[in-house]
This record gives sequence, structure tokens and C-alpha cells, in this order.
Amino acid sequence: MPKLFSGAEIVFKCLEDQKVEHIFGYPGGAVLPIYDELKNHPSIKHILVRHEQGAGHAAEGYARSTGKPGVVLVTSGPGATNVVTALTDAYMDSVPLVCISGQVPTHLIGTDAFQECDTTGITRPCTKHNWLVKNINDLPRIMHEAFEVATTGRPGPVLVDIPKDIQFAKAKYFKPKKKIKLKEKSLNIFKQSDIDQLVDLMKKASRPVFYTGGGVINSGPKASELLRELVSITGFPITSTLQGLGAYPGDDNQFLGMLGMHGTYEANNVMHDCDLLINIGARFDDRITGKIDEFSPKSKKVHIDIDPSSINKIVKVDLSIVGDVSDVIRSTTKTLKKKNLNLEKSNKQKISKWWQQIQKWRTKQSLNFVNSDKIIKPQHAVQRLYELTKNQDTYITTEVGQHQMWAAQHYKFNKPNRWMTSGGLGTMGYGLPAAVGVQVAHPEKLVVDIAGEASILMNIQEMSTAVQYNLPVKIFILNNQYMGMVRQWQELLHEKNYSESYSKALPDFVKLAEAYGCVGIRAEDPDELDEKIEEMINTDGPVIFDCHVDQDENCFPMIPSGKPHNQMLLGPKDQEENKITGKGKALV
Amino acid sequence: MTKSKSAYSTPSKLGKIDTHIIVVWVDNEASVLSRVVGLFSGRGYNIESLAVAEVDQKNNLSRITIVTTGTPQVIEQIVLQLKKLVPVHKVGNFKRDDKKVIFKEMALLKIVANHGKIKKALNACKKYNPVILDQTNKSAVIQITALRREIDKVTKNLKPFGLVSASRTGAVAMTRGAEVFN
Repeated sequence: MPKLFSGAEIVFKCLEDQKVEHIFGYPGGAVLPIYDELKNHPSIKHILVRHEQGAGHAAEGYARSTGKPGVVLVTSGPGATNVVTALTDAYMDSVPLVCISGQVPTHLIGTDAFQECDTTGITRPCTKHNWLVKNINDLPRIMHEAFEVATTGRPGPVLVDIPKDIQFAKAKYFKPKKKIKLKEKSLNIFKQSDIDQLVDLMKKASRPVFYTGGGVINSGPKASELLRELVSITGFPITSTLQGLGAYPGDDNQFLGMLGMHGTYEANNVMHDCDLLINIGARFDDRITGKIDEFSPKSKKVHIDIDPSSINKIVKVDLSIVGDVSDVIRSTTKTLKKKNLNLEKSNKQKISKWWQQIQKWRTKQSLNFVNSDKIIKPQHAVQRLYELTKNQDTYITTEVGQHQMWAAQHYKFNKPNRWMTSGGLGTMGYGLPAAVGVQVAHPEKLVVDIAGEASILMNIQEMSTAVQYNLPVKIFILNNQYMGMVRQWQELLHEKNYSESYSKALPDFVKLAEAYGCVGIRAEDPDELDEKIEEMINTDGPVIFDCHVDQDENCFPMIPSGKPHNQMLLGPKDQEENKITGKGKALV
Repeated sequence: MTKSKSAYSTPSKLGKIDTHIIVVWVDNEASVLSRVVGLFSGRGYNIESLAVAEVDQKNNLSRITIVTTGTPQVIEQIVLQLKKLVPVHKVGNFKRDDKKVIFKEMALLKIVANHGKIKKALNACKKYNPVILDQTNKSAVIQITALRREIDKVTKNLKPFGLVSASRTGAVAMTRGAEVFN
């Protein structure tokens, strides 16, 4: 007679078999049996958050900085509904999460029992798949399938809803031997002929560009190495989306910087004027493309993606290659080398004119800003943070808004998995819990959340988590007392009617830090900035850094509303000459 | 262009809209229909009609037939998005005017009228395989199988003959000849 295990035990046996080391969660009535079992599994460490949304984002930070799935454990009802934002965030940014939620006992489902909600119903549109476990015998299979779905193909969140009686019920435990079913959902379905076509296009191109995205990061560190090799042997310029930053070194000469709404002048002009656009693991997001009708009008377009439904969703492409980025790049490089041994030289000659043009665009220095010696400019603050932290392996998370764009523009990443930001959903309050998750995974590394004072207040309670587990996260707040991006749009589009975008009663962040039992630092003067940043870096333990910056600074460059890539708005000077017309207002 | 101040782009020109029949083979499990239908509503696709039933008890498979409309790009997305759902095995996509495929809908029509009118009603449906399922002195339930537009027409024509209630299924589809869709 094989041994029988309770549902709660089976959950942990699966987690052990999946080599899970950390889970982020919050207990409650409907998950108590699972929490009771926690003590018997010393290899799994539970991080107690202060809000279930925080658990979700922490697991996202953990997943994105390690490449492993993040695991979340929450209770029924409000526990599950609180995690919905994080699940949606993970779904939009393709982050593998496994969320386990408690549910009221089976016989009470549908009776509006205490802390009951239709968890699988609510989370259906924001997960890759979810399961309500109605039979204890299905639990081992479902748990393993959950990890399989979350991590296969285009990664994403899944949820397993386990009623309390199932957590108590007993069954045999087994680990499925073979991976069934999902095979067909995510395959490298590209053929050598696709690669040959790509290589052919690459040979013919005289104005090529690589446009790379989060898919390169998701494909693993190997993909970044392969990408670097490919870019190097082709000599092509490369630009990256917000999520792809770090896949290619940010300080390399072939890198044009980020593209899109707040991308660099050279990156966006290259996108507009190129004759070959090679999209690797990006999805033609609307913040990238600007006006679709005038998006990269002269180019042949190639799209490499693991998700077939990403192809032709927004932009019709000439060649689609469905597969894992690593495998596609590997085959491409191999074919390139085989077909053209002298590639490096011949290619560079062919596209030298293109590079000359790019150099011209670069002279615009679109990320420049007017610095001040009286007030800290937010861009300057990010630049100083970069200069003072670039000598160590630093992990950066952000909240959402102007500070996020400034971080993306001015912080240069050299390695993948070092940059965690909410791009698709744009979730304010993401950065602090994500930093907590990153720090849990990398206890010895420097983890900085570049934040805004509005965003940080959305999940500030997680400071308590950071303090409890001695997680020395540094919260670097660019404090302008405004919801800066909202204010910027109101300035540009709504005749400076700053409706509800000013925060009148902000807390004293230094005292707030002290109240949580950590260190608070304030910087108000450009002269003291470096010294204070050093102090922050050298502080053992969590720090809230309240950096008072210019309230009126806007984030430039910017693709103004209704305009294509080649008509960017540069700094304040350029703006006078390029007023946004009424028609464009709708398009920001 | 109105003076909308939305944060998003304006829609570009729409392509030609076609009617397609999408056939989806799924695991017959709890909430599978809701996943499929939720995908349509969540992504703003149309459902004109829907028919679903288990077709393979042994392998626990259901077949969902959805009539939808959309531009070629939207139809392509529908198929690709459906294929990503975990319980979906395969997806068929047929144009409404594809000659190689048979489409049929069924309707049950209740006529409350005198014998003469019922006879006329029956006559009006004679092209659509009418079967009388129930008959009394003053009523009849007629079953017909036809295309959507034909049933639309018949129900309109039957109004004067005492049609009081019509119950209709969604379309189901089958390829002609010996070919099987894979």
C-alpha cells in the first residue's frame, strides 16, 4: 500500500520536486493547512509580505532576476483578488509565476461563503491557465502541469485554486514522468529555409536594424550572448525595447539606446528609415510603434518570436520565424558564417553610409537636458546613481512613470536579468516588492528601486517585509511631488490643467524610513548628491532615499502624439518649433 | 478626427470583414467553454453563433463551432489565440462561402393556428427538411435544418401562419467528401 499524503503535503512535495526555494505569501483561513505544513519543509523558505499584490510583484522580481518561476501563496477571497494586479502584470510582461490560492471547502463553493470568490473565474483572463482542484487525486498532476505551463513557450502566470477540504484530503503522490500535451503549444517550428531567407535579407540590406525585446531575456542568458555575437559579426545597429534592456550592453557603440515613445532620436529614426527591420522577441507594442500607418514604411520586416499569436498581430511582417530566440539566433549565426566567411568586412562596407547617417542623428544628443547647480535634475540623479553603482553588479527595479523612463534612458545595463520594470501593464507600486523579490534571490547584490514618490506609496507597506528579512533594498525616490508623467501629459495635452496630479500631503520619507526601522536619507542640493548616494550604497540594510528633484522637468525625447518615429519632440528648445496639433492629441 | 484626448492611437482603416466558421476541438472539462468565449469577449471578437457538444466520450473531447466575423488579420488572431489555450487540441477555420464545407443550423418552430394555416406553414418550409415533432388540433412543432439566412427568412414568412416561438441552434460544420480536417 503506497503512502498517502494530504493535499497540503502534496503541494510541498511538488514544490520540492520543482526545486522551489522561496515562496512569497500571506496566510489566511482557507490556506491554513498549507501553512501548517510549511514547518516540515526546511528547504523552502516563505517570505511573508504585507499585501498579496506585494507577494505577486516580489515573485515577479524573483523570477525576472533568476529566470526561475516565482511562487505565490495566498488565501481565498481578498487574498486572491489582491494578487490579480500582479498576475495581470506578469501576463503582460511574460513572467513565469505559479500562484497557489486557498479556496473555501468544496461543499461551500457557490454559496457566497466567508472569503469566497470565483478565483478561477476572476483570474482566467490574466493567467495562461488556471485550475480549480476538485479531486485530491488530480492535485499532483495539476501542480506539475502548472509549472510546465508557466515556464514553457512564452512564459506567464498560472493559478492553482485548492479548496480547504482538498488540502486535508489524502492521496498518493506521483511525479509525472513525461511531459505530455503541452508539446504542441510551444515548439520551435521554424525551418532552415526560414533562416536562409533571413540571411538572404540580411545580405541584401543596406539600412538594417535589430529591434530586440524581452523575449531575448526570457530565452535565458545564453540568448544574450548569442545576440551579442550576431550583432558583432553583422555590424548592424541594434535598439531595444524597455523590457529588452540588458540583453545587449547599453554602453556599446552599436547600441542606439531604447526606442519608442521615450526612446532616443537615433533609435527611432533608424526604425523609420531602415530597409530591414529584424524584430527579435519583441511585440510591436503601441508605445513602440507610434502611428501604425507610418511605422517603418520602407522596410522589410522580420519577426522572431516564440508565440505564434504575436506575429502579424499589430504589424504585418514579410518573414516570420516562430521559435525560441536562442535557437533562432544560433542557427542564423551558423548559417551566416557558413555562407559568408568574410561577412564582417563586406557587411560593414555595405552599411557604412547607414552608420554615417546614424552618427548624424546621434549628434542631436537627444537624452541631453539642461543641468542645474541649484536644484537636482532627475536625469542627473539617475546618471549619478549609474556612475556610482556601475562598478558592481547592480539590479534595478522601477515603479511606473517619468522616473521609470529616465531610469531606462540614463542607466546603462550590461547584463540581462538586471532590469525589472512593469512595461506592459504599467503598474505603479511594482518596484518595491519586485526589489524585495530580487534581493531574496540575490542577497549579496546591490538592489535599487528607482521610484517616484507617488508610485512608492502604492506598496510602501513592503518596507516592513524588507526590514523583517534584512533585505537591504535601496529605494531611490525621485521626488517631484507630482505624478510626473500625468503632469507631463496634462501640460502637453490638457492646457496645464493639473487635475489631481499633485500630492499635497506627502509623508516625510526620512521619518517614514525610521518608522519602519530602516535608514532615511534626503538629498536636496546637487552638491550633496554624490556623497549621499555613496552613503546609501554603504548603508547595511534597507534605505529610503528621498531625492528632491525639479518639479517641472519633463521626460524627453518623446514621440509626440499622432506623429511617426521620425518626428520626435526633443528638449524644451525644440518644443517651441514643434507644437502638437489638435489632431495629435489623441495619440499620446 | 474629433478632439478626443485618449492616451492611445486612433484606429486605422478596417480591412474587409468576412464571416468565418471556427471549429475548436477541446477537452471536455469544467470551464473550457468559458475560456473560449472569454477569449472572444476579452479580445473584442464577435460571436454570431455558438454550438457545442461532446463528440468523443472515450477521449473526452468536445467540438465547439463558432460563427464569427472579422478582418483577415482578426480571423488569423482568433485561430492563433485559440491554439494557445491549454485545453484546445486543434482549430479549424473555414470561410462562410467555402464550397467544400457544409454548414447547417437547426430550428424548432412552434405554430399555433388552425389546420389550414399549419399546412401552409409546413409548405413554406418544405425546402428545409421539415419534420413534424408534435401536432395537436391547433398547434404543431416543426423541425427544420437550413442555413442561418434561410431560417431567418422562414421565420419571417411563418409569422402570418401562426408562428409563436422559434428555438434555434448555432451552426455546425462538416467538410465534404472523404477528407477529414486535421
